[in-house]
Amino acid sequence: MFSHSKIEQNVILMLVLILITVSIGGLVEIVPLYTVESTIERVEGVRPYTPLELRGRDIYIREGCYLCHSQQVRPFRDEVERYGHYSLAAESMYDHPFQWGSKRTGPDLARVGGKYSNEWHAAHMADPRSVVPESIMPAYGFMLDRPLEAADIAERLETNRAVGVPYSDEMIENAAADLEAQADPEADTDDLLARYPKAAVGDFDGNPALLSEMDAMVAYLQILGRMVDFTDLKPEDLRQ
Amino acid sequence: MTDQASARTSAYNEGVIRLLVIATMFWGVAAFLVGVLIALQLAYPVFNLDLEWFSFGRVRPLHTSGAIFGFGGNALIATSFYVVQRTGRTTLFGGETLAGFVFVGYQLFLVMAGVGYLLGITQGREYAEPEWYVDLWLTLVWVVYLLVFLGTLMKRKEPHIYVANWFFLAFIVTVAMLHIVNALALPVSWTGTKSYSLFSGVQDALTQWWYGHNAVGFFLTAGFLGIMYYFIPKQAERPVYSYRLSVIHFWSIIFLYIWAGPHHLFYTSLPDWAQTVGMTFSVMLWMPSWGGMINGIMTLSGAWDKLRTDPVLRFLVVSVAFYGMSTFEGPLMSVKPVNALSHWTDWTVGHTHSGALGWVAFVSFGAVYFLVPKLWRRARLYSERLVSVHFWIATIGIVLYITAMWVSGILQGLMWRAYDSLGFLQYAFIETVEAMHPFYVIRALGGVLFLIGSLVMVYNLIRTARGDVREEAGAPAVAPGMNPAE
Repeated sequence: MFSHSKIEQNVILMLVLILITVSIGGLVEIVPLYTVESTIERVEGVRPYTPLELRGRDIYIREGCYLCHSQQVRPFRDEVERYGHYSLAAESMYDHPFQWGSKRTGPDLARVGGKYSNEWHAAHMADPRSVVPESIMPAYGFMLDRPLEAADIAERLETNRAVGVPYSDEMIENAAADLEAQADPEADTDDLLARYPKAAVGDFDGNPALLSEMDAMVAYLQILGRMVDFTDLKPEDLRQ
Repeated sequence: MTDQASARTSAYNEGVIRLLVIATMFWGVAAFLVGVLIALQLAYPVFNLDLEWFSFGRVRPLHTSGAIFGFGGNALIATSFYVVQRTGRTTLFGGETLAGFVFVGYQLFLVMAGVGYLLGITQGREYAEPEWYVDLWLTLVWVVYLLVFLGTLMKRKEPHIYVANWFFLAFIVTVAMLHIVNALALPVSWTGTKSYSLFSGVQDALTQWWYGHNAVGFFLTAGFLGIMYYFIPKQAERPVYSYRLSVIHFWSIIFLYIWAGPHHLFYTSLPDWAQTVGMTFSVMLWMPSWGGMINGIMTLSGAWDKLRTDPVLRFLVVSVAFYGMSTFEGPLMSVKPVNALSHWTDWTVGHTHSGALGWVAFVSFGAVYFLVPKLWRRARLYSERLVSVHFWIATIGIVLYITAMWVSGILQGLMWRAYDSLGFLQYAFIETVEAMHPFYVIRALGGVLFLIGSLVMVYNLIRTARGDVREEAGAPAVAPGMNPAE
């Protein structure tokens, strides 16, 4: 007859049984997310981030924005009215890592793109209480003056490609040029927009002379939630 | 350790445990202090100091990692090294050298992680923020920790492995698995700090919360249940209430916990089937959690009167009561309609802290109060009355903290979904932020009390280690320096 005392007297047996016991739940829940094809909705428009948006996203992560802002609209009447269409899995499929967040000390940002002007964003980031007096957000004025570090931008795109983001050779070759062009009001952005549709272009931080961290940050915020066109989607497109 | 005290008596490796106990208290006080700072930042943004290194987003991981891995981690390593030796009647495998590497390596991990956060070096994964090079280092340290623990179990002189060690073993092994999988990332360059996670989007979300929830389940629960199963019987001088219950408790809790991660992702883009599985297992988890609570508390059968006279036992037992409360609250918040209200609000923060302060910190305080006189060869603590003072200050702090967060969380959740009579959303988001202010002030006050309590503890422990004894009514008269019976 089985007796627990056998396990209690054999370290290796106990170790193996523990490993089996704690592996089951994760395997059953996580593996199907890779194998069930309908996990990610088949919608059009989701693309890799532009080099400038990607750098903005790096800064978003660096500053821990996810600790107060979610990027995930739930399918409730009040959330959809406040923020927009509920979030799709497809919309974050190129996000390494995901930034859905776990707390809304500030509002959700999943669809913040296009809702405010670049000027508003730059002013708000530099001094939140100058535009929203009751805000408790920290100020990020230093981003206005700090030149954006982007010497390794091609490597950053390549690393993303290695973990599954479909950056093309052309995108990687033009990474540095695209990064400059997106924030330069004088630049010809046709090629950039062909590679990355819907990207916001122009000067973002009110200072065309400097490609700053603020440019990258605002460029990233301005694309959030805008890649998928929800006007001509049918419910069956969204079924998981 | 060449310390004369240890040379005098102990047959066990205790030098490294003394260091780990000191580290536990150092990181504890540091984490509580940083917690007070970020609580103040939310109440008064001027506390961000307009310096990038001290903005909430960078300091908050310092608080969470400091509390979980600094305070909690050192407490777990210290107690597991103590318990595995005593219950196996043997010294540590690899002796003070290997254990010393675990101590130094683990502190180095904490410092590298913490300095990185302030500089903005983070993977942006909650409770798994350290970047790839810190993760690699931690993996090495953790494998050595596992080796020391396993090796010590193998050379034990008792035929049976004591129940506390089952929990410690499950904690060490499972945390290794969670950490290694969740931290998988590709560095941009081998000389740089930045990496991109191997996973993305919805798969990444579930991987991260599989990790995140089981950091709670195995780091903050299984490990500390190991503490409960040794230190409560010791302090109460009673055997564990039920052997059979501990067997059921152990296997059911480690099996069920792993499934509960999706409750962090209700109503998100995670497919519904995964959410439903997560909810089901989260509700089931209530049962083994309370089985464990009953086993811990009922160990006092026949010794209830000690609660009145022994403040250390009070810490231990009240911690289990808090454990019972937060493991009821957790399944409740894992019911989807409740979560619809509670998610993304301060209710979650309050829930976390009733577990972190009430359960994890209190059971650790109890264990450290137990350990310090033993490790420094003192007859008793410097002052039992100060333990009692600590207990009450900290308890009032916790009550202020969690009630403030209940009110603010439920209030904010209700304000977000409120409609006026014309069918428009009643509140702008910023109005809900404004409404939180008084509760953020109360929460900071609760944190200050908890911090003060821990400083009282540090004072008491230092005096104890120095061999001072405060004359107190009701305390047994002992000659300083006398060895307590084992």
